[in-house]
Amino acid sequence: MELRLEHVSHRYGATEVLRDVSLTVPEGRILCVVGPSGCGKSTLLRLMGGLERPDAGAILQTGDPPEGCLNPLTFVFQDFALLPWRSVAGNVSLVLEDRPLGRRARQAIIADVLERTRLGDFARAWPRQLSGGMKQRVAIARALAVRPAVMLLDEPLSALDAQTRELLMEDLVALWSREPFTAVYVTHNLAEAVRLGHAIAVMSRRPGRLREMIEIDRPLEAREVGDVELEARQRELWLLMREEARAADAELVDG
Amino acid sequence: MPSWLMAEPRPVPFRGGGFAPRPRRWVGWAVFAALIALAEIGTRTGFISALTLPRPSDVLLTFGELYRSGLLWKHLLPSLSRLAVGALIGASAGIGIGILIGLFSLIRAGLVPLVAAIFPIPKIALLPLFVIWFGIDEGSKYALIAFGTFTPTVVSTFGAVDNVDRTLIRMGQSFGLSWLSIVRKIVLPGALPGILSGLRVSLAIAIILLVAAEMLGAEYGVGAYILEAGSLYDLERLFAGVTILSLLGLGVSAVIGVAERWLLRWRH
Ligand SMILES: Nc1ncnc2c1ncn2[C@@H]1O[C@H](COP(=O)(O)OP(=O)(O)OP(=O)(O)O)[C@@H](O)[C@H]1O
Ligand SMILES: [Mg+2]
Repeated sequence: MELRLEHVSHRYGATEVLRDVSLTVPEGRILCVVGPSGCGKSTLLRLMGGLERPDAGAILQTGDPPEGCLNPLTFVFQDFALLPWRSVAGNVSLVLEDRPLGRRARQAIIADVLERTRLGDFARAWPRQLSGGMKQRVAIARALAVRPAVMLLDEPLSALDAQTRELLMEDLVALWSREPFTAVYVTHNLAEAVRLGHAIAVMSRRPGRLREMIEIDRPLEAREVGDVELEARQRELWLLMREEARAADAELVDG
Repeated sequence: MPSWLMAEPRPVPFRGGGFAPRPRRWVGWAVFAALIALAEIGTRTGFISALTLPRPSDVLLTFGELYRSGLLWKHLLPSLSRLAVGALIGASAGIGIGILIGLFSLIRAGLVPLVAAIFPIPKIALLPLFVIWFGIDEGSKYALIAFGTFTPTVVSTFGAVDNVDRTLIRMGQSFGLSWLSIVRKIVLPGALPGILSGLRVSLAIAIILLVAAEMLGAEYGVGAYILEAGSLYDLERLFAGVTILSLLGLGVSAVIGVAERWLLRWRH
């Protein structure tokens, strides 16, 4: 399934957040979205996921979701959004319980996604017992459980420390290589963008417009820390964003 | 030579700690024991006159007598059943309506001002009205206790629902959970801690109203027992009755503590 935005604009009251954004998320690829803080990245993602309606423009899905897809547009949140009163397995189970699945099928899906995210041994643990990285892996397992057509990740690694972030990036690459998924990955970490993005959308400061679309051809598995080409692309991105970021930083929040 | 080379090294002064309640079980009991011991010694030595405070050991004797004569149960059982029925009605109505207020804007707009208007009325003042509506017998007592438990429960419940983490609700919506599932699996468990701590207050109010109701017309009941003792200036019996109330309060609080430990076991 492919996701397409056509001339999307959005505002909150007097604040114009997005202006005329058009882009396509091709099937089986990861699109990273970078931009200065407050430029409307999270808003863009909420619009794509149907949690909000755009003021103007259209958000279209073409093609059918994959076989067995339970929730085509699935979010992974920055703050994990796990229910503290449910165990790891219970949190994954939550999103399957409203679906026409037998108990057996549900257990099988839970076991499968926990195994894929290396959480098999922690099925009965409470969220409070987990480290940040593990919590986010639970959230990723939960997202995988509904076999999404498009995963919408809003700064999924921002709450984690640098080492954990590196490990989770490797996990994401491994997951994608094993079974390519379609994803929109919002981040303000340019290193993440060049590691995980097949394409990178660079946004301007508020009102957010699409400034540039950068393609990175190197396969995800072949990208490594300290890769010279990637570093060059990252510098290129930074030069693009630098002025915007400086200007955005100097703005008043509700200005 | 820099000054730090000559000076004697000192440990950095500690100024953290505190502000973190930790369980200290025996302290509560020690305070009780110390106060009772003080009263006992004071009354025995004559430092406290018998007219101002009964001797704790005499209160205990009175209590034992009450128990042996079978009167204890005769007073306690009606009180317990009034408390149970009244508080059950009041708390369940309060939790139910509190949740509705938390979930539906229209109900909130309609009922919150009403609740705010009812809250400050001393419910005891309405007892004559309840007697007319529900009869002089048990009905008016149930109604008084239920009504008194209802208002604080409503307020704490809708506050608890309001405080449920919105990002969890958004998460539920983004996974296509049904409205009912979101309420059952996200809103209610999220509100439970607030509801339970609200119940602590409501049930203490229920005990106060129980006694008030029994003082204003009951043959048996802890309230009636205390009223009778008071009118005869029988301080031993008065204090025996008051002790029963305190124990009742401790019991209710312990029951809620157990419920919290079990229902909120994901927290600790
Ligand atoms: N529900 C809302 N109501 C009003 N204003 C909002 C709302 N959500 C976001 N905004 C405003 O819209 C602008 C864009 O917000 P958004 O969260 O999409 O930015 P962002 O690019 O994700 O920022 P960040 O990098 O900080 O995550 C901000 O100025 C924000 O204050
Ligand atoms: Mg954001």
